[in-house]
Amino acid sequence: MHIVVCIKQVPDSSQIRVHPVTNTIMRQGVPAVVNPYDLFSLEEALRLKDRVGGRVTVLCMGPPQAEMALRKAISFGADHAILVTDRAFAGSDTLATSFALASAVRQIGRDMAVDLVFCGKQTIDGDTAQVGPGIAKRLDLQLLTYVSQIDAVDPERREIVVRRRAEGGVQVLKTRLPCLITMLEGSNELRFATQAGIFRAARYPVQRWDSKAAGIEDPSRVGLKGSPTVVRKVFAPTPNTQRADLISCESGTPEDLAATLLAKLTTRNPELAALLGRAGMQETGR
Amino acid sequence: MQERFDVIVVGAGPAGNAAAYTLASAGMSVLQIERGETPGSKNVQGAILYADALERIIPTFRDDAPLERYLIEQRFWMLTDDAYIGSNYRSAAFNRPPYNRYTIVRAQFDRWFSGKVQQAGGLVICETTVRELIFDGERVVGVHTDREGGAIYADLVILADGVNSTLARKAGFHAELQPKDVALAVKETLFLAPEVIEQRFGLQGEEGVAIEMTGAITHGMVGTGFLYTNRDTLTIGIGCLLSNFVQQKIPPYELLERMKAHPAIQPLLAGAELKEYVAHLIPEGGYNAVPRLYGHGWMIAGDSAGLVNSVHREGSNLAMTSGRLAAETAIALREADRPFTAENLSRYRRRLDDSFVMKDLKKYRRLPATLHENPQFFTTYPGMMNAAMHEFITVDGTDKKSKEKAIRRSLGERRGWFGLVGDAFKLWRAFE
Ligand SMILES: Cc1cc2nc3c(=O)[nH]c(=O)nc-3n(C[C@@H](O)[C@H](O)[C@H](O)COP(=O)(O)OP(=O)(O)OC[C@H]3O[C@@H](n4cnc5c(N)ncnc54)[C@H](O)[C@@H]3O)c2cc1C
Ligand SMILES: Cc1cc2nc3c(=O)[nH]c(=O)nc-3n(C[C@H](O)[C@H](O)[C@H](O)COP(=O)(O)OP(=O)(O)OC[C@H]3O[C@@H](n4cnc5c(N)ncnc54)[C@H](O)[C@@H]3O)c2cc1C
Repeated sequence: MHIVVCIKQVPDSSQIRVHPVTNTIMRQGVPAVVNPYDLFSLEEALRLKDRVGGRVTVLCMGPPQAEMALRKAISFGADHAILVTDRAFAGSDTLATSFALASAVRQIGRDMAVDLVFCGKQTIDGDTAQVGPGIAKRLDLQLLTYVSQIDAVDPERREIVVRRRAEGGVQVLKTRLPCLITMLEGSNELRFATQAGIFRAARYPVQRWDSKAAGIEDPSRVGLKGSPTVVRKVFAPTPNTQRADLISCESGTPEDLAATLLAKLTTRNPELAALLGRAGMQETGR
Repeated sequence: MQERFDVIVVGAGPAGNAAAYTLASAGMSVLQIERGETPGSKNVQGAILYADALERIIPTFRDDAPLERYLIEQRFWMLTDDAYIGSNYRSAAFNRPPYNRYTIVRAQFDRWFSGKVQQAGGLVICETTVRELIFDGERVVGVHTDREGGAIYADLVILADGVNSTLARKAGFHAELQPKDVALAVKETLFLAPEVIEQRFGLQGEEGVAIEMTGAITHGMVGTGFLYTNRDTLTIGIGCLLSNFVQQKIPPYELLERMKAHPAIQPLLAGAELKEYVAHLIPEGGYNAVPRLYGHGWMIAGDSAGLVNSVHREGSNLAMTSGRLAAETAIALREADRPFTAENLSRYRRRLDDSFVMKDLKKYRRLPATLHENPQFFTTYPGMMNAAMHEFITVDGTDKKSKEKAIRRSLGERRGWFGLVGDAFKLWRAFE
C-alpha cells in the first residue's frame, strides 16, 4: 500500500504574540512545528503500514525551512519526504494550495500508485479545513473526514472501513480505495521516534520539487495569481474583559431566580427595561 | 546497526557548538546531541556576546549571525531602595567596527551557530537526551540516549551539557553542585518599539546599552541585576546565590518584580510588555570549584565545567573558548595519531590555564568566599555611597567643609572605620 500524508509547517501558536505597539502578529522568532492535527494522520498512516506493509510518503508545500517538518516525519518512520517549494507558490490560498498538492500527489503516484491520502482535520494557522477536501475533489478520491478509527483495510479488495464522528453519533463507513482521510484529533498517540529514526531523519536527503517537478504546467493556477481569496487584515480580537456573574437568591425557586435575573438585566441595561416596560404595557393593554 | 563517530558532543549551547564546529571543520566525524527541540530552545534569552571568543572560531560571524545591538555604553549602578549612584561609560570608539560586544537573543543565536556546525559537516540531532555515559573500564566509549536503541559510540565524548551537568555527576567526575557555588538568575524579555528604546536610552540605529546593578535590589543577597537593550526588546534580570535564596525565602520572580518597580528602573520599562520569563542557574564557584576537566575518552567544557566569570558576567565566551580548546586538543591528537587517553588530553587543561579563561578565574578565586562572608558589600555600601552623594549635592546652606565632615562621620558610623579598612583590604585581595 502507498500512503501519502500531507503535512503543513505552522508557527507554534502557543508562542505567537501580537506586538503590543504595532498590533501585528509577530512571526519572527516563533518556532515552527508540524501542524498538530497532521500528526494524528501521520501516526495512523504509520500504523496502517505496520499492519499491512507498504510505503508512507510525506508531502509538504512550503518554504525551504519547512524541510524540518518533513524530517520530523521521517524520524517517526515515514519512508519518503517531498517538499514542494517554489517562489511561484507564495501567496497561495486554499484553492491554489489544494491544486498544487493534488498535482504533487499525482506525480508521487507515478512511481507507485497511491491508495490513501491523509490530511489533518485543519491547520492551526489557516484553520480552514478546506485543503483536504480540495485535494480529494481534484483527484476524484472518496472523502472521509473526522475519522476517529480505522477498523479494517483490505488492499486486495481495495476497501476500507472507518469510524467517523458525526453529529449525534458515530458512523461506520466502508468505501473503496483510493480515498482521502482526515483524522480527528486525539484518535491516537504519536509514537516516540527511535534512535535509528532520529539518525535517518538527520541524514535523509529531502526531495525538493519546484512547480514543474510537481507537475504544474500552468503557473497562473498557483500563488497569488491562482488565489481568488485575499487576506485583507489579520488582527487580534480585543479580549473580552467582562466577567460572568453568578446569580442566586434566597428562596432558590425558579420564579424568584427569574425575577432576580430580570432585575439584574434591566438595571444593567435601561434600554431593555424600557423595551420590556413597553411590551408589558401592550400586554396589559390587550 | 551500530552508530560510531570520532567525537560525540553533548549539548548545543555555546560550548558544544564551538567544539562541534571546530571538530567538524577539521574533518572529524562529529555527532552533536541536544535535548531541546532545537538548539537554543532550552537556553536563556537576551545576553551579551563577546565578539573575540567567537571571532577566533568563525572570523566572519558578523556577516550573518543574528546580532541585536552593539554596545556603545556601559552603566554601573549601586542602588538603595529609592536612589542609585553610578557611572556611565560611553565612547565613540565603541562605534567603530569591528564591534566588541553585542546583545543577542540566545534562541536565535544558538540556532544560527548550530546551522554552522551542520554546514561544516557535523551531524546534529535534537530532542534527544543523553542519559549516561558508556564506559569500558575507566574509558568513556559512548553515550546512552533516552531513545530506543540509543547506544552510540565514539572515541571521545565532550560534555557541554550546561550548569547542572547531570552526566558528569552521574559518572562521578565531579561532586554535587553546592548552593553557595551557584546563582539562580531570573530574567524577562520585554517588548518595546525600537524607536522608544533608542529615544529612552539615547541610541541610534543598532547601538545598545548595558546596565549592571547592585545594591538594595538583591535584598542583602550576593548578586547583581542587569538590563540590556536588544533590537525591539529589553532584557532585565537579577541573579543571587542559591544559598541566599534558601535563607531569605524570597521567591526569585518577586525579587525581579521588586527590582522592576524601583524608581530608577521603572521609567526605563514603561510601556514594555512581557514576552517571556526564564530562570536558570549560573555556576559561580569560580576557580576553586572547577572540577576535573578531562579523563580517559572525555573532556568537559563551558558551564558544565563551572567556567563562568561572575564578576564580569562572562560565561558564553568562556564556554566557546573552552569548547574550541577541547576540540583543538582532540584534533591535534588525531593528527599525531595518538589516542584520547587522560594523559594526552591533559593538554586541554594546560591550554585553558594559558588562556584568559583560567587566568581570569584564578584572579578572582577569593571573591566568591569574600562576598559570601561579607554581605555588607551588597547592603551597607550602596546605602553609604548614595547617602554621601545626596549630602554632597544637596544645596542647603551648609558649607562644603562641614558637609565633607558629615559624610565622613556617616561613613564611619555605618560601617566603622575599622570595618571600612578591613573591607577595602578584603576587596583588594579578592580582585588582586
Ligand atoms: C493567518 C492566515 C490566514 C489565512 N486566511 C486565508 C483565507 O481566509 N482564505 C484562504 O483561502 N487562505 C487563507 N490563508 C492562506 C493559505 O495559505 C492557507 O494557509 C493554505 O491554503 C492552507 O490552508 P489552511 O492552512 O487553512 O489548511 P487546512 O485546509 O486547514 O488544512 C487541512 C490539511 O491540509 C493539509 N495541508 C494544508 N496546507 C498544506 C501544505 N501547505 N502542505 C501540505 N499539506 C497541507 C494538511 O494536512 C492540513 O492539516 C491564510 C493563511 C494564514 C496564515
Ligand atoms: C540569566 C543569565 C544571564 C546570562 N548572561 C550572560 C551574558 O550576558 N553573557 C555571557 O557571556 N554569559 C551569560 N550568562 C552565562 C551563559 O549563559 C552561560 O555561561 C553559557 O550559556 C554556557 O554555555 P554552555 O554551552 O556551557 O551551556 P548551555 O548554554 O547551558 O548549553 C547546554 C546545552 O546542553 C543541553 N543539554 C543538557 N543536558 C543534556 C543532555 N543530557 N543531553 C542532551 N543535551 C543536554 C541543554 O539543553 C543546553 O542546550 C548568563 C546566564 C544566565 C543564567
